[in-house]
Amino acid sequence: MVTADGVPLKIALARAERRRRLTAFLLVAPLLAFIVITFIVPIGQMMWRSVDNPIVVATLPQTIEALGEWDGQDLPSENVYAALVSDLVAAQANRTVGQLAIRMNYEFSGARSLFAGLARRGDDMQAPFREAVIEENDRWGDPAVWQILQREGRPYTAAYYVSAVDLRYNDQGEIERQAPNQRIYVALFLRTLALSVAITCTTLLLGYPIAFLLASLPMRTSNLLMIFVLLPFWTSLLVRTTAWIVLLQQQGVINDILVWLGLISNNGRVLMIHNAFGTIVAMTHILLPFMVLPLYSVMKGISPSYMRAARSLGANNWTAFWKVYMPLTVPGIGAGAILVFIISIGYYITPALVGGQSGQMISNLIAFHMQNSLNWGLAAALGTILLVGVLILYWTYSRIVGIDKVKLG
Amino acid sequence: MAGNRGTVQSMVSVSSAADDQSFVRFHNVQKSYDGETLVVKNLNLDIARGEFLTMLGPSGSGKTTCLMMLAGFENATHGEIRLKGQRIDNVPPHKRDIGMVFQNYALFPHMTVAENLAFPLKVRSIAKAEIAERVKKVLDMVKLGHLGNRMPAQLSGGQQQRVAVARALVFEPTLVLMDEPLGALDKNLREQMQYEIKHIHEGLGVTIVYVTHDQSEALTMSNRIAVFEDGVIQQLASPADLYERPQNAFVASFIGENNRLPGKVESLNGKDCGVRLADGSLIRALPVNVSGQGDATTLSLRPERVRINPDSGTDNTFEAKVEELIYLGDHIRTRVNVCGNDEFIIKVPNSEQNGQLAAGETVRVGWSAQDCRALDA
Repeated sequence: MVTADGVPLKIALARAERRRRLTAFLLVAPLLAFIVITFIVPIGQMMWRSVDNPIVVATLPQTIEALGEWDGQDLPSENVYAALVSDLVAAQANRTVGQLAIRMNYEFSGARSLFAGLARRGDDMQAPFREAVIEENDRWGDPAVWQILQREGRPYTAAYYVSAVDLRYNDQGEIERQAPNQRIYVALFLRTLALSVAITCTTLLLGYPIAFLLASLPMRTSNLLMIFVLLPFWTSLLVRTTAWIVLLQQQGVINDILVWLGLISNNGRVLMIHNAFGTIVAMTHILLPFMVLPLYSVMKGISPSYMRAARSLGANNWTAFWKVYMPLTVPGIGAGAILVFIISIGYYITPALVGGQSGQMISNLIAFHMQNSLNWGLAAALGTILLVGVLILYWTYSRIVGIDKVKLG
Repeated sequence: MAGNRGTVQSMVSVSSAADDQSFVRFHNVQKSYDGETLVVKNLNLDIARGEFLTMLGPSGSGKTTCLMMLAGFENATHGEIRLKGQRIDNVPPHKRDIGMVFQNYALFPHMTVAENLAFPLKVRSIAKAEIAERVKKVLDMVKLGHLGNRMPAQLSGGQQQRVAVARALVFEPTLVLMDEPLGALDKNLREQMQYEIKHIHEGLGVTIVYVTHDQSEALTMSNRIAVFEDGVIQQLASPADLYERPQNAFVASFIGENNRLPGKVESLNGKDCGVRLADGSLIRALPVNVSGQGDATTLSLRPERVRINPDSGTDNTFEAKVEELIYLGDHIRTRVNVCGNDEFIIKVPNSEQNGQLAAGETVRVGWSAQDCRALDA
């Protein structure tokens, strides 16, 4: 196809549309740049950190090179020990031993003093280095230590992911499960999932009738009620969470009332906060608008004549609701559920404040590793697993329900 | 009875003889939404079995409210509604066994056409094989046999309309209500559907109560028409009666076009009356809704009943000045000034014996006293 003056139609069309597309792109550009800089780049960097392993290679370059020829069975040769001493002496001078010691301490306990000690004495050592080093600390005579050094001497490591799913390397360098008392992350992932599902269910149970009421009331009344639904949105998160502490704690309002009513004894006050129950209650309250709003917008669009038609055709109220109304609200249920679930699976502040022991979620541990233990590699690995998990759930959901059917407003 | 359809009057007498009760009866029904104004004021209406009754009126006249009360979606504030002699005020909608076609069809968008049609049968726990058979039968009846697996959104407006009608009929109700079902269709399709609904009614013999604000729809389809205005039935009559013999000024102006001439009754006897208009001309008319001398009245005269150059014996003849001619193909709409009224319309058939008129010309026009009805003011 060509235009009247012989230009191919496709080229003419592209030329005519170019200006419009440029305008569209320029309108989007500021937000796009903002998202790339503040969202995509940091996430990419975090994911990179979960496998990045520069410290060992940078601090012990000669040792790692020499270890390349080691068969991994007996003790390494003399020149490996010599390289280790030389590397550590240089590291001591550059003040990089500390980093290395912390990094190796993630792999086995006692690594910190092992490396730091040798670095301090390295200057005075004479050949043969093997005997001298082993004499300094006999753990250097353990092939397992050298295996770890060889494994972690690569620029990339899987070690963070291995520990993030409660696995570890054994002395033979094989992957096995952590000792039962050391397993925390998998259980925490599962608890995070369970709490998120529970919160999604409670918001749906509480939100559906509210949304139905809002959608069926006249505009003026429903606008007033909508303000009550949105009120949690406009109140500070901390105020709301603290309010729940006031209400639910053992000396709190609800327990006081229950005691006053004689339903429980003064000694039998119920634990309702600083546990999973507190997390569910507080987060349900916070996330309820995310369920109500998509449901409301879908229900608002359902003509009342569908229910009337169903009833005139012989369906009682329940059948009309279940067979006609409910299926028509599925896009709203889907949108609300996926919103609440994804927000709650990564929620941090509320579980941190009211979660106690049993109400902690995986995000709290990620924060712990970011802020307290400073094991950013592990925090990044946990965060990446969470992200991938959410993406898999999202994908499954879109395969089953169809993401195009979800209506957000 | 379905096969042998006589006039409405004879049907009414047949069914009242058989049932001793009318099929649907509104008795002193009143309805108020706010406790201050009545939307339906003291409605009394009997509908015969097998009848096609249309409730016609402008929006806000209470016709849809009446339909909703019959369907069970609204409660009557006062009075009673009976179906087959039974009071149905306290029967919930799903137990009334009344089919209903809604204004926007209300086809369930998440079900296929066949599932929509099967819905009323499923909730009645009818066996699967029979459901399939009846769905197929009713689809064939509305000529959509091949579209059972489509979703409603994939159908055209006319097809959706047919499915809606089929769904209201598939569970074989004896009474079907239709709430402006053709409102969303374009003109040609609407006329075609009018005939189809009329044929379905004649074929099945169901009783249909039909609500519309479109008078041509009402005239085409109905056995009887109840004209609603302000919560009151203004006139209940067959289409021909309603058009030829409107009982008051509202009905006359709502059904078809008419010329309205306000005046005062000057003389009145049993057969006709003389009415003096504001410009002094005296018109002989048929007294319908006037009680005595001196009454204010509105004369109603259909534009097609006015003759140009009438015979010498015509009851009323006047000089008229032609103001405007509008060519409409089969007739020429002629606006003339007669008796001081320049909005007077005459429909002149487009035939050879009516010569060409020209604007500004003066002609003689005339009409018989029987066609000129003296109604309320």
